[in-house]
Amino acid sequence: MSFLQFAWDWLKSSSQWSGPDGIPIRVLQHLGYTALSVLIAAVIALPIGLLIGHYRRGGFAAVNVANVWRAIPTLGLLILMVVLLGFSALTWLIPLVVLAIPPILVNTYEGVAGVDEDLKDAARGMGMTQWQVLWKVELPVAIPLIMLGLRTSAIFVVATATIAAEIGLGGLGRYIIDGLASNNYGEVAGGAVVIVVLALAVQVIFVGLRRLVVPTGLREQARASR
Amino acid sequence: MEWSWIPQNWTAIWQYTLDNALLGLIPPVIGLLISVPAGIACVLWGWLYPPVLSLSSAIYALPSLALFVVLIDYTGLGNLTVIIPLALFSLCILIPTVVDGLRSVPDSVRQAATAMGFTQVRRLVQVELPLAVPVIIAGMRVAVVSSISLASVGQLIGVSSLGYFFIDGFQRDFPTEIYVGLALTIALALVCDLILVTLRAVLTPWSRGRQRDSSRAVAAVAVGTEA
Repeated sequence: MSFLQFAWDWLKSSSQWSGPDGIPIRVLQHLGYTALSVLIAAVIALPIGLLIGHYRRGGFAAVNVANVWRAIPTLGLLILMVVLLGFSALTWLIPLVVLAIPPILVNTYEGVAGVDEDLKDAARGMGMTQWQVLWKVELPVAIPLIMLGLRTSAIFVVATATIAAEIGLGGLGRYIIDGLASNNYGEVAGGAVVIVVLALAVQVIFVGLRRLVVPTGLREQARASR
Repeated sequence: MEWSWIPQNWTAIWQYTLDNALLGLIPPVIGLLISVPAGIACVLWGWLYPPVLSLSSAIYALPSLALFVVLIDYTGLGNLTVIIPLALFSLCILIPTVVDGLRSVPDSVRQAATAMGFTQVRRLVQVELPLAVPVIIAGMRVAVVSSISLASVGQLIGVSSLGYFFIDGFQRDFPTEIYVGLALTIALALVCDLILVTLRAVLTPWSRGRQRDSSRAVAAVAVGTEA
């Protein structure tokens, strides 16, 4: 039997679709972990990215630190947290937030630092304060990149929350880890398929979200330059 | 932290570090070998690029563990099961990088090459590709660092890497092992990153001192692919 056959046999069984181990609950848990982690990462990384982008200082360092930062293996950090902290919300939140920070930080910085100098001059010429320039000009212009950063983070976290099942967290990784442990290949295959579908769905949600928040002027400009 | 554990287990530490280095380096190299011709093709035939870009950002969203598990059925529990997904991820990072690199070559350079009688393909390979090296290396930096870090997940399906110390340290409730695994993964990534930065300086002597450019390039890659 092929992989997809195994997955299909597991997925079509009705017992997978209800109860505390059912797919709907696991999907909600998974999305919950993702949303909370990305939210906390955004609260930390957005202001820092905005500031270093606005003042154009420390960008080189930030980008290189972010590149090394992504070397931190989430699995290792997760396990270290379990050994040090035992099992609490922080145990999985810290590694997932650490994972989500670099894309948001780097994108926000690049988005703001890349704003046309003339545009900022014009804004200052109109009498805007530093704060207004940041809030009313740089932030809206940088929104497409910021959204891309949030999307990248969300996708990283959706994909990586899977391995959090190794330390006993719920979510969709449970199926893979439990299936591997009990040699239930159907469960492993079915779980993998559900995670892949969820990851793609998150991708699509962000593409839609981007349409909503990107200012009309920027979209017109993008269309004109194409 | 029990420091004495380190010298006692030196051979194992060295072996797992080597395994992890191979799992971290082979996939980006495979990715590079495929993405250079693929990127050139995307530049030659522009209509090819949007679907390739969408596909690669979709693949990039796939969880590594799920891919490993899918592949077990076809490639067993060997290194290949980890190398193939990591090579796919590298490809997803590198194709947009190669295309951006080729496209970022100034028009004046392109026109000069054309005026000197270069055909389009020769110009792409001999003029634009070398000029795109800093951007491509920026992509390699991200691909190598990510692969080194992700290789440890392969340990969950039994493929040997520094991830061994995480799992073993967890099972034995022995933090020293986990610290060693974490430190070595980051150190390995740093060393490879430095090698790539040096390589860029050697390969592109004309761009020395233009650090700002290359940091922008790393950032552009680090932000992921724009679909």
